[in-house]
Amino acid sequence: MVKTQENYVAARTVDEISVNAEWCKRCGLCVAYCPKRVFDQDAFGRVIAARVADCIGCELCERLCPDLAITLLPERAVAHG
Amino acid sequence: MAVQDYIRKRFFPHIWCAGCGHGTVLNALLRSVEALGLSKDELVMVSGIGCSARISGYVDFHTLHTLHGRALAFATGVKMGRPDLKIICPLGDGDALAIGGNHFIHAARRNIDVTTIVLNNQIYGMTGGQFSPLSGCDVNATTAPYANIDPAFDTVNLATASGATFVARTTTFHVHELEKYLTRAIAHRGFSVVEVLSQCPTHFGRRNNQSDAVEMLDHFRQQTVARGAKRSRERPDLMQRGIFVEEERPEYCEQYDALVAKASAAGNGTNNGGAAS
Repeated sequence: MVKTQENYVAARTVDEISVNAEWCKRCGLCVAYCPKRVFDQDAFGRVIAARVADCIGCELCERLCPDLAITLLPERAVAHG
Repeated sequence: MAVQDYIRKRFFPHIWCAGCGHGTVLNALLRSVEALGLSKDELVMVSGIGCSARISGYVDFHTLHTLHGRALAFATGVKMGRPDLKIICPLGDGDALAIGGNHFIHAARRNIDVTTIVLNNQIYGMTGGQFSPLSGCDVNATTAPYANIDPAFDTVNLATASGATFVARTTTFHVHELEKYLTRAIAHRGFSVVEVLSQCPTHFGRRNNQSDAVEMLDHFRQQTVARGAKRSRERPDLMQRGIFVEEERPEYCEQYDALVAKASAAGNGTNNGGAAS
C-alpha cells in the first residue's frame, strides 16, 4: 500500500462527503491517498464514503479527484485574494 | 462561486480515462480561479489538440479549441485584441514542445501576458501512445517498442532560456502546490509557464510498469523533490519541483501600446506634409 501524502492540513469540519457516482470513474485515488482511510470501494469498484466521522477535512480527496466527483459538505467559503 | 460553477456540467462525466491526471489539473485550475475571485467573463482559455486540449470544452469561460500546437498563436491574437482579458493556455507535452515548440519559445521571448500550463504526461495519449519530446530515454511507447532513445526537453530550462518571466514545475500528486503555482502564474503579468507532470495510466503507465493512477502518483512523489530542500542536494537525480523564475520584464501588449502612443504623438511624419489626401 502506498504511503499517504505527508503534508496534508486539517482544515475544516465535514458533515457529509458527496461522491457523484455518475462522474466517478473508480480510479481509486481517493481510497488510496485519504490519510484517514475514509473511503471504501464496493465489489463493483464504486466509491463509498464509509467513515465520514474520521474525516479531518484536509480536502485531499476533493483536490486529487480527476473526475471532480467528490464534494465535502458543507462547502467551504472561499476567501478571495 | 463554488468550483463547480465554473464548469459546463452538461459535458460531464468528462472524456478522460479513469485516473487521468488532466482532470486533477482542471480541478486545481478551477480552485485557482476561484481563489483569485476572477469572473468567467474575464477569462479566455485557448487550447490546441490532444487530451489536454479538451479542458477548454469543460470550463465555462470564453474558450477556443484551436489547431495542434497553435494555441499560443491564437492566444497572442486574443491578447493583442483584448489585453484586459486573462488568457490561459493548457497545452500537452507534444502540443507545447513538438509541433508547438516554435510558438512556445517565441511567446516566451515576447513575454506576452499568457498563462501556459504544460500538462506533461510524456506521451501522445489521444492518438494511441506515441512518444513525445518529453518522454525521455528508456520510456516505452507504441513508436518505441524497444524503448525510446530520444532525450527529453527540460521544459523549465527551455522556458527560462526563452525568456518566460514565471516558470514553475509540480505534479498532480502535489495538489496544494499545484493550486498555489497556478494561482501565482495567472496573477503574474507576463508569460508564465507551469509544467505539471500528469499521469496517463492508459498509454504511459500501462507500457512502463506503472499499473494504475495510484502507482503513478506514488512515482511522482518518490521521483521529485522540492527545489532548495536538503533532499534535493542529496539526490541530484530527482526532478525538482518549485518556482524557478519569477521576475518582472516589460510585457508585450504594454510595449505595443507604448509604441502606438509614441508613433501617434509623432504624427504622420513629413512625407505628406500634413496635406489632405
